[in-house]
Amino acid sequence: MATPNSPLWEVFIRSRNGLAHKHVGSLHAADATLALQAARDIYTRRGEGLSIWVVPSSAITASDPSEKGMMFEPAESKIYRHPTFYDVPEEVGHM
Amino acid sequence: MYTQALNSSDGEDRFVEDATRAAAFQARIDADERIEPNDWMPAAYRKTLTRQISQHAHSEIVGMLPEGNWITRAPSLRRKAALLAKVQDECGHGLYLYAAAETLGSSREELVDAMLSGKSRYSSIFNYPTLTWADIGAIGWLVDGAAIMNQIPLCRCSYGPYARAMIRVCKEESFHQRQGFEIMLTLARGTEEQKAMAQNALDRWWWPVLMMFGPPDQASQHSDTSTKWKIKRFSNDELRQKFVDATVPQAEFLGLTIPDPGMTQDSEGHWRYSEIDWTEFKQVLAGNGPCNRDRLAARRKAHEEGAWVREAAAAYAAKRESRRTAQAAE
Ligand SMILES: [Fe+2]
Ligand SMILES: [Fe+2]
Repeated sequence: MATPNSPLWEVFIRSRNGLAHKHVGSLHAADATLALQAARDIYTRRGEGLSIWVVPSSAITASDPSEKGMMFEPAESKIYRHPTFYDVPEEVGHM
Repeated sequence: MYTQALNSSDGEDRFVEDATRAAAFQARIDADERIEPNDWMPAAYRKTLTRQISQHAHSEIVGMLPEGNWITRAPSLRRKAALLAKVQDECGHGLYLYAAAETLGSSREELVDAMLSGKSRYSSIFNYPTLTWADIGAIGWLVDGAAIMNQIPLCRCSYGPYARAMIRVCKEESFHQRQGFEIMLTLARGTEEQKAMAQNALDRWWWPVLMMFGPPDQASQHSDTSTKWKIKRFSNDELRQKFVDATVPQAEFLGLTIPDPGMTQDSEGHWRYSEIDWTEFKQVLAGNGPCNRDRLAARRKAHEEGAWVREAAAAYAAKRESRRTAQAAE
């Protein structure tokens, strides 16, 4: 009954024009064409998308969540990257 | 859904491998953080979730069979299109859930084979037959209604991929319940014969649906860890009570009678139902329900008859791949 494992694909969908493709889930398919067709059937049954990307899961390089401290520390200490760091008198109004 | 009833405790894998890591893990859960696939997790958490999510996936897939049985015999094109769309949704739910289960480390093939070999279970509710068209109404109204009750809290489950799959599923479920209720309403307002058919379906589905929520709280040993890990947010009895309270007025609206003459409303407005026959539940779980053998045989047949399609797709992909590498080498 065992069948060879089929490749895993990550599915990204652009929901409306102007919005970025967003990860919606994954699926199994033998090749890219079948992956696109399956993505349409599984993830856009109610017109959720205008465009689909499928990417082999094995092609994704991910950061290591256990090293998130080291990875994101440089941004954490730079509070001057946020607008609230700067004092603008109230009289100036919205800026 | 469909899984609460199936979890049984595994004493031996309740070990805690690394006290510090386990404490840090529990602290994350307590802080309502989501656990993601590459995060450290206790082996028992992984195992519990793999079992629960894969059983949930199997249930969606096997759940297509009782309803699929009526697609060709739906009474109108409108009903047929709706039922077909619902059954397609259930297939989609199964696929979202398999994908979520796989993030815990088992392959799709292993998960499916565990169901086909009978090692892994699916919800006992799908071992009951759909004898008349009214059963399609009763399933949508009651079975999907019970599933929604169970799945809404799972949208906040501590495991990220499961919670996200549940959010998608819940968005799609409400049409399922509404189409079922509409079928019941049409029958209930129809001829005497149609009304009797609706009543008969309610009579047969009511108790099995209450059993979907799993054994009573005193009897389910699995709940403690699942609650601690925020996989489970409400107990079996709490969810069952919510379901009953929501369903009684709907049955009243339909003019149908819930087959529980002993049912009374308490001072807080909750509907107190009679004792559930748990021997029937155990029998169905043990494989002795009316359709257990049929359901597994149908899944095996579909799997075997689809083998050539999977093989052909894999062979074609391999051929294209080898052609591409040959061209690149030129
Ligand atoms: Fe479903
Ligand atoms: Fe459903």
